Amino acid sequence: MTESTDFVQIRHAQKSFGTLEVLKDISLNVARGQIVAIIGPSGSGKSTLLRAINDLDALTGGEVWLDGVQVNKQLPHRQYEKHINEMRQQIGMVFQHFNLFPHMTARENVTMAPKMLKGLSAEEADALAKEQLDKVGMLERIDYYPSQLSGGQKQRVAIARALAMNPKLMLFDEATSALDPELVSEVNQVMKKLAEEHMTMIIVTHEMDFAASVCDRVLFMDQGVVVEEGPPEQVFGNPQKARTRAFLRKELDNPE
Amino acid sequence: MDIDLMLRVYPFFLEAAWITILLSVLTALLGLTFGALGAAARLSRFTSLRLLGATYVSIFRGTPALIQLFILYFGGPQVGIQLDAFEAGVIGLGINAGAYMTETIRGAIISIDKGQREAARTLGLSQLQAFYKVTLPQAARLMVRPLGVNLNMLIKATALVAAISVVELTYTAQRYIGSTYKPFEMFLLAGVLYMIIIYVTGRGVAWLDRRVRIT
Repeated sequence: MTESTDFVQIRHAQKSFGTLEVLKDISLNVARGQIVAIIGPSGSGKSTLLRAINDLDALTGGEVWLDGVQVNKQLPHRQYEKHINEMRQQIGMVFQHFNLFPHMTARENVTMAPKMLKGLSAEEADALAKEQLDKVGMLERIDYYPSQLSGGQKQRVAIARALAMNPKLMLFDEATSALDPELVSEVNQVMKKLAEEHMTMIIVTHEMDFAASVCDRVLFMDQGVVVEEGPPEQVFGNPQKARTRAFLRKELDNPE
Repeated sequence: MDIDLMLRVYPFFLEAAWITILLSVLTALLGLTFGALGAAARLSRFTSLRLLGATYVSIFRGTPALIQLFILYFGGPQVGIQLDAFEAGVIGLGINAGAYMTETIRGAIISIDKGQREAARTLGLSQLQAFYKVTLPQAARLMVRPLGVNLNMLIKATALVAAISVVELTYTAQRYIGSTYKPFEMFLLAGVLYMIIIYVTGRGVAWLDRRVRIT
């Protein structure tokens, strides 16, 4: 059994495209129930790191572990496919552009994967859809198509879709960056609620206020390395590195 | 213009139009089959299959359909392929249409945002499951209109099989010219019937497109 501080482990993660090194030897441990924010300028490698955790972007070196199992195991193609599909069922992901399935209603978006992969009956799927959509405040829109929803509503359905697989870990890749400012808070509310339920979360974000108020730890990344990390009070209140200070000053001057 | 003559021969043209419709339906079905296979090959992760798909498309789009029909029908017996004119027409046009449909189907599939596939894979779906549940249903909707264009072209291309003596609409017109010496009336009659077939098909495609479109 693994220590709880080792719930998610990234060991010496390295990724390069040809000669361009996007991630340079990054290691990170996340305990069960912890909420970690990754901040940094665009091109810093923060999204790549997040996408490496469920192997959407494969690392060129290093390991990712979740709850004692290596995610990016070296296996022959077929076996690896089976393994990674099982791992991904345990890792929910929320995207900047929602990526809801436009040909399915909110209900179908939520129940498609559980029906297919966990063999839920029609009644079970129906109960699950109601439960998850209620949780994100979207129950009244259960039979709406994504095109009939606002950005914030879409993202809430996308969160419900990820939660419906009952994941051990949730990844958020700039979940509010594509939203109109007035729609950001409804999504943040949902994420806060998850935090209160002690969901383990890794959040790539541009929103410093949100990171400060919700997260246990903040990582500042730049040019493929973790420049600084620590509790939010420290990283935001008393940053140790010049690069962190410069970044935070710019973010506070012109929040997008 | 000899309207009387046109009205007199009209029933025979109508009969020939049914042959044109039958040809079109069979060609379309065969073309769709080849198109689906061709698209699958062109999108395969195996280089050899991709190459095979690309070769198929460039050969059959790169040569006149009439030459392809001639090779199959007149050249076929030399290499042991014995087909009657109708069979040669359907097979030849079907393979030709398949090359165009390959590109249509492939185009629709690759136009689906890769975020869709990623979202499906992230939930734990396999590549195949993600394709059938997420990519294909969206791509299929996008295919309706361009496949409708392929169908329009294909119906008109069935006129080519007159050259290998399939008794369809164009061949019938030519035959009646031989006995009536009225090419204007005979070709006009054939043209009108083609136009009706194309118009009805086009309306059908537009209806289907509206029906499946994502709101």
